[in-house]
Amino acid sequence: MSTVPTIDYEKIKGVHKIPLEELYTSGHRTCQGCESATTMRGFIKAAGSRTVVTGATGCMYVANTSYMTTPWIVPWMHTQLGAGGSSAVGMAAGLRALKRKGKIKDEKINVINFSGDLGAGDMGIGGISAALQSDYDLLIIMYDNESAANTDIQATGSTTYGAQTTFTPPGTKHPIMQRRWKKNVAGMLAVGHPTCRYVATACATFPPTDYLNKVRKALSIGGPTFIHTYDPCPKGWDYHPRFSNELGELGIKCGIYPLYEIVEGQIIYTWDARKTGKGRIPVKEFLTKQGRFDHLQEEHFTHIQKMVDEMWEEWEFPGVAPIKGILKARI
Amino acid sequence: MSVAVAKAKSDLSGPYEREDLLNGCQAVAQGVRLADVDVIAAYPIRPYTEVMDALSKLIADGQFDAEYIIADSEHSQFEIVKHASSVNARAFGGSSGTGWMYGMEALVVTATDRLPPLFVVGNRALDDPGAFGVEHNDAMAIRDMGWLLCWVTTPQEALEHVLIGYRIAEDKRVRMPMGLAMDGAFLTHSQHMVKVPSVAAAKKFLPQYDLAERRLHPDNPISVAPQVNEDWVMELRRQNWEAAKRARGVIKEAYKEFNDVFGNRYSAPYYFDEFMTDDAEVVLIGIGTVAAPARTAVRRMREKGQKVGYVNLRWFRPFPTVELRESLSRFKAVGVVDRDFAHGSPDDCGILMHEVRSCLYPAKNRPAIVNFMGGLGGRDLSIADTQKMFEITQQAVKKDSMDGFITWIGLRE
Ligand SMILES: Cc1ncc(C[n+]2csc(CCOP(=O)(O)OP(=O)(O)O)c2C)c(N)n1
Ligand code: SF4
Ligand SMILES: [Mg+2]
Repeated sequence: MSTVPTIDYEKIKGVHKIPLEELYTSGHRTCQGCESATTMRGFIKAAGSRTVVTGATGCMYVANTSYMTTPWIVPWMHTQLGAGGSSAVGMAAGLRALKRKGKIKDEKINVINFSGDLGAGDMGIGGISAALQSDYDLLIIMYDNESAANTDIQATGSTTYGAQTTFTPPGTKHPIMQRRWKKNVAGMLAVGHPTCRYVATACATFPPTDYLNKVRKALSIGGPTFIHTYDPCPKGWDYHPRFSNELGELGIKCGIYPLYEIVEGQIIYTWDARKTGKGRIPVKEFLTKQGRFDHLQEEHFTHIQKMVDEMWEEWEFPGVAPIKGILKARI
Repeated sequence: MSVAVAKAKSDLSGPYEREDLLNGCQAVAQGVRLADVDVIAAYPIRPYTEVMDALSKLIADGQFDAEYIIADSEHSQFEIVKHASSVNARAFGGSSGTGWMYGMEALVVTATDRLPPLFVVGNRALDDPGAFGVEHNDAMAIRDMGWLLCWVTTPQEALEHVLIGYRIAEDKRVRMPMGLAMDGAFLTHSQHMVKVPSVAAAKKFLPQYDLAERRLHPDNPISVAPQVNEDWVMELRRQNWEAAKRARGVIKEAYKEFNDVFGNRYSAPYYFDEFMTDDAEVVLIGIGTVAAPARTAVRRMREKGQKVGYVNLRWFRPFPTVELRESLSRFKAVGVVDRDFAHGSPDDCGILMHEVRSCLYPAKNRPAIVNFMGGLGGRDLSIADTQKMFEITQQAVKKDSMDGFITWIGLRE
């Protein structure tokens, strides 16, 4: 499929083996404790310097990449909010044509786009779907801080049920305004694109090195690939910045954010929240550590717990695809 | 027919390698092949689609080599083109009507990023209600965004302006996206005999695309379009403004170079052509295929001794302010033909009228000026229609009121 052989990256075995070279450095203006900034720093460490990157509008553009103080050591370009997929296709196509026609050296260059949950999961989902149908080598990272953070924390299709955002404030008539269940972006993209060879979910800091190795795996497997990351956001989730890593870990351990990779159609749970695996801690332990859920009542916690249990116990592919089985055919 | 073709073929020499019967879309496709475009992104909408149909067939038959991407929307299509252009690949896209508008965000940033891909616009009326025919508001929507924008009137010009367009757009002094507009149906789908340049001649004229210090590549690790806020936007807008101004000079150079390679195909001032204007008292100015009936009307009226002429405006952005001002101020009256609308604008004129009138304001001799709205949604503009426009413009010479200042031509009332 790909015209250039993919790089054989070495697996990073333990935090001491993480590359020291920083390709995303000082100059960004993200909040203290911003997990998305760690997501940025991580993917480019894993990918290395022979990479071109586009970043969609969102916190990781506006707060992250300012004129004269760019944090990017690698070539980087802004792309429009919903253009993550097409920006990657455009760059990959351009580079492939130039290499084939001998206009530039024929070597492996990684093409990576990152887009937020609103940019990738809502507005740009069509473009990402098209990118995942292509035969270009590219990686799209959807960094999910569960809101349109840059525009001051509005609910998106990926916001947790019940969360307070500026579009979903609790009120006296409606105790919760965020009544949509989180969109299942990674699962949807994996299920919908039979020739895509790698889809994963990840969290920048938990389990340690897991995310970095997923980035490397995506880039070495090649073709169009997709990683969804779970990025606690102190401003939007309303907690002390020192707890970002812990919240990511709790989100995974309570099972509300499933952690897996799908390699050539095979699911590997990289944190197994099924009862048969590592099991789950109660969701309430995760939710009550965030101000955005302060207004939830007992019935809401019960509902969320029920939905999470269903994901792991009733879905045919637990945590991945909301298909519960086959009904006896009625003709 | 075959006799005519054979005869035409015998006239071919040097830079042209053959003569084919091509419509506007197919001619553009040949231009894209000859420009050795690297990346094409396609999305269907009538009437421009046939450009993309023709290109995919050329690629399928191995007649040229490019990445051909079937996009999921015009927004994606234009973003693909933009980002391909940013890694130094020559890129091509296009659209019509409402499709063009769907991708508008991407069209805006392509210009503000100062990237030089070429897009063809097969002009089509905007929805609602649906209509496939020509209207110029689609292409006109980019007129203030930092684009180059020109209209061609024959398949031959369409082919040649792909080469000329890339030549100007990619020039280091310009680096602006190029909009190549052509009237839907009347040009996109009308066939003419077209002289097709040889690959060697095209290559001689059009240098390789080189974004140089601005290309995105690991060997050139720059950050493109970081957030600037109020600190720098003014200065960046000024740079784009200056590039658009510089483009006027580069356009002239490009036509001269084109003439050097292909024989004297175009004459100064290049931005527009004049037909029988030497001793004319009254002229019409218009854009696109209305030139054909208007020229015939001029010939017929000339036979009756009337001093009329026609000005075909080719380049709309940058607008040829000085040259057009100088030219039009020779006449007693000018009738401006708009195949577009600008509802609620000053005097309720069309877009071209506003531009021409503003261009003439500082002129010492300002001709009388009237406006025609016509051919909207693809309605035919006939020889009789253009003749009527000439007559109304002739009457304007004597008038000193604004009565009858604007006429809707061919309107059912
Ligand atoms: C087409 C378009 N619509 C709206 C906006 C305004 N806008 C800028 S950033 C943003 C939020 C993006 O949210 P997300 O993709 O989740 O990224 P985050 O800000 O959370 O990092 C919005 C709505 C825009 N830039 N472009
Ligand atoms: S608002 Fe959230 S995502 Fe944005 S910079 Fe702050 S912590 Fe990061
Ligand atoms: Mg977000």
